[in-house]
Amino acid sequence: MSDRPGPLDYSRKLWLRLWLLAVFVFLYAPIVILVLFSFNDSKRNIVWRGFTLDYYVKAWHNAPLIEAFVNTLVIALIATAISTVIGALVALALWRFRFPVKPLFEGAMALPIVIPEICMGVALMAFFARIGWPTQMPWPLSLASITVGHVAFCFPFVAIVVRARMVGFDRSLEEASKDLGASEWQTFRYITLPYMQPGLIAGGLLAMTLSLDDFVITFFTSGPETLTFPVKVYSMVRFGATPEVNAASTLLIVITIVLTVIAMLLQRPDKELQA
Amino acid sequence: MESWRQQPLVFWIFILPGGLWLLLFFMAPLALVWLFSFGERAGVIGIEITGTLANYWEALEPLYLGLFWKSLWIAAIATLATLIVSFPVALAVSFASRQMKPILLLLVILPFWTNLLIRTYAMIAVLRTNGYINYGLEGVWNGVSAATATVGLGALPAFQPLTLLYNNTAVIIGIVYIYLPFMVLPLYATLERLDRSFLEASLDLGAGQWRTFFNVVVPLAKAGIISGIILVFIPALGTFLISDLLGGPDSQLIGNVIERQFKAANNWPLGAAMSFLLMYVTFAVLALRSMFMNRDV
Repeated sequence: MSDRPGPLDYSRKLWLRLWLLAVFVFLYAPIVILVLFSFNDSKRNIVWRGFTLDYYVKAWHNAPLIEAFVNTLVIALIATAISTVIGALVALALWRFRFPVKPLFEGAMALPIVIPEICMGVALMAFFARIGWPTQMPWPLSLASITVGHVAFCFPFVAIVVRARMVGFDRSLEEASKDLGASEWQTFRYITLPYMQPGLIAGGLLAMTLSLDDFVITFFTSGPETLTFPVKVYSMVRFGATPEVNAASTLLIVITIVLTVIAMLLQRPDKELQA
Repeated sequence: MESWRQQPLVFWIFILPGGLWLLLFFMAPLALVWLFSFGERAGVIGIEITGTLANYWEALEPLYLGLFWKSLWIAAIATLATLIVSFPVALAVSFASRQMKPILLLLVILPFWTNLLIRTYAMIAVLRTNGYINYGLEGVWNGVSAATATVGLGALPAFQPLTLLYNNTAVIIGIVYIYLPFMVLPLYATLERLDRSFLEASLDLGAGQWRTFFNVVVPLAKAGIISGIILVFIPALGTFLISDLLGGPDSQLIGNVIERQFKAANNWPLGAAMSFLLMYVTFAVLALRSMFMNRDV
C-alpha cells in the first residue's frame, strides 16, 4: 500500500467507513427485515420458514385494508395536486410582488412547517368537530377533511421549493415577451411556466412524499367512518402485528419509491441542459 | 420585484388560494384551540370559553410538568445521540468522491420515503424480546456456550433475552432512527461548503485530528449543527407515535398526554392548553436559534 490516505482523506479512513456502514445497517436492516418477512411462511414472524405469497393474498382479501390503502393513495394524489397549484401560486406572489404584510405572511406560511405535528393535528380535529364538518358523506368526499389537512402542511413546502427555483429566473424574458405583444396569460403559459416546471415536479413530489409519510395529521383528522392505511395499520399493530401488515407496508414502500424514481427521471434532462 | 398595486388582479390570483387555505385550515383551527385553552367543559361535547386560566394551572401541576420535563430530556438526549451518530456520516459524505456523493445522499434520504408508522413498526420487530437483536445475541451466546462446553469449561447458563422494547431507551433509539436524515442533511450542507484549507492549515500547524475537529470543523459547521438540532429536537419533543409504540408505561411523553386529552379522556380545554404550552416551547427554541445564529454573523 504505497498511497496511504492523506490527513484529509476522510472518505478513506477505515473507522469512518465502518461507521457509515453501521449507520446504513441501522437505517436499512429494520425495513429490509420487514420486507423479507412479508414473504416468510411463518406466523411467528421471526425465523425464516420458506417463501410464500400467502400474506399478500390475505392482505388482498382483507377488504378494510385494501380500502384503507386506496384511500391513502387517493388522498395523496388529490392533496399533491392541490398543494402543487396553490403552493406554486403563493411562490410566484412572494417572488414577484412587494406587499405590506409580506414578512407576516411568510412567517405564517412557515408555521405549519415548524410547529409540532401533534399541535396541528389536534387543532384540525377540534376545528372540524366544531364547525360540524359532515362525517357521513359518499366516498371521495369522505376523505375531504384529511385531504384538507394534508394540503395545509404540504403547500408551504411546495412554495419553498418553487420559490427557490424562481430565484434564477431572468425577468427580462417576461418583459421581452410582453414587449413582443404577448398577454399576461400567454407570457405566463409560455415563458414562466416552462421555467417553473422542474420546481413544480420537485415540489409536487415532496408534497406526495409528505402526504404518504404522514401519520399524525391523518390520525387526528380521520373520522370514525374513514379508513386510511396508517390508521388501519396502527390499530392492527396495537392488536399484535401480523405478516399481513408487512405485506401491505411493503406495497406502500414500493409505490412510494417507484413514484419518486419516476419524478427524479422526469427532472433529469433539465439538469443536464443547465450543466 | 414590483408593488402589488401594479398588477392587483394577478397578485390576488396568486396569493388568495394559498392565503385563504392557510387562514381557514390552519390559522382558524389554531385560534380555536387557543380559545379552547381558556375554556371549560360544558356537558359531553360542549366547551364554554370563560377566559379561565385553570387549564394552564392544571397543565403546570407537578404531574404534567414532570412529563414536560421528561419529554424535554428524552428529546434532548435523542437529539444529542442523533448528532453524534450523524456527524461522521455527514463528514464521510462531504469528503466522498464525486460519483459516490449522490449515491450516499440518496441512501441517507431513502428510508425517509417510508411511512413514519411503518418505520416505527419495523423497529418493534428488531427490538422486541423475541426480536432480531435478541435472536442474534442468543445465537452468539449458544455458540460460545457450546464452545466452552467442548473445551471442558461447562455450558453457560441459558440465554436471558434483553428487554430492549417498551422502555425509554427504545423511544430514544426510535427517535434517532426516524429523524437521522433531518440531522445528516443540514450537517452535510455546511460541511460541503467548508473551506478545506482551514483544516489543512490547522493540521500543518501541528494540531491533531481531534483538536482540528473540535476547534476548526465544529465552529465552522455551527450553522448546520444548530439547524440539525432544531429539525430533530422539535419533532422529537412533540412525538407521540414513537413513544406510544416503542415506549413502556413510564415512557408517556407530552405528546401522548395531549393525544389522550383529545381522544380518550375527552378533556379538550386541558389538551388545548398543553398543546399551546408545547408550541410556546417550540417558539422559545426557535428564538434561541436565531439568537445563536445572529451572534457572530
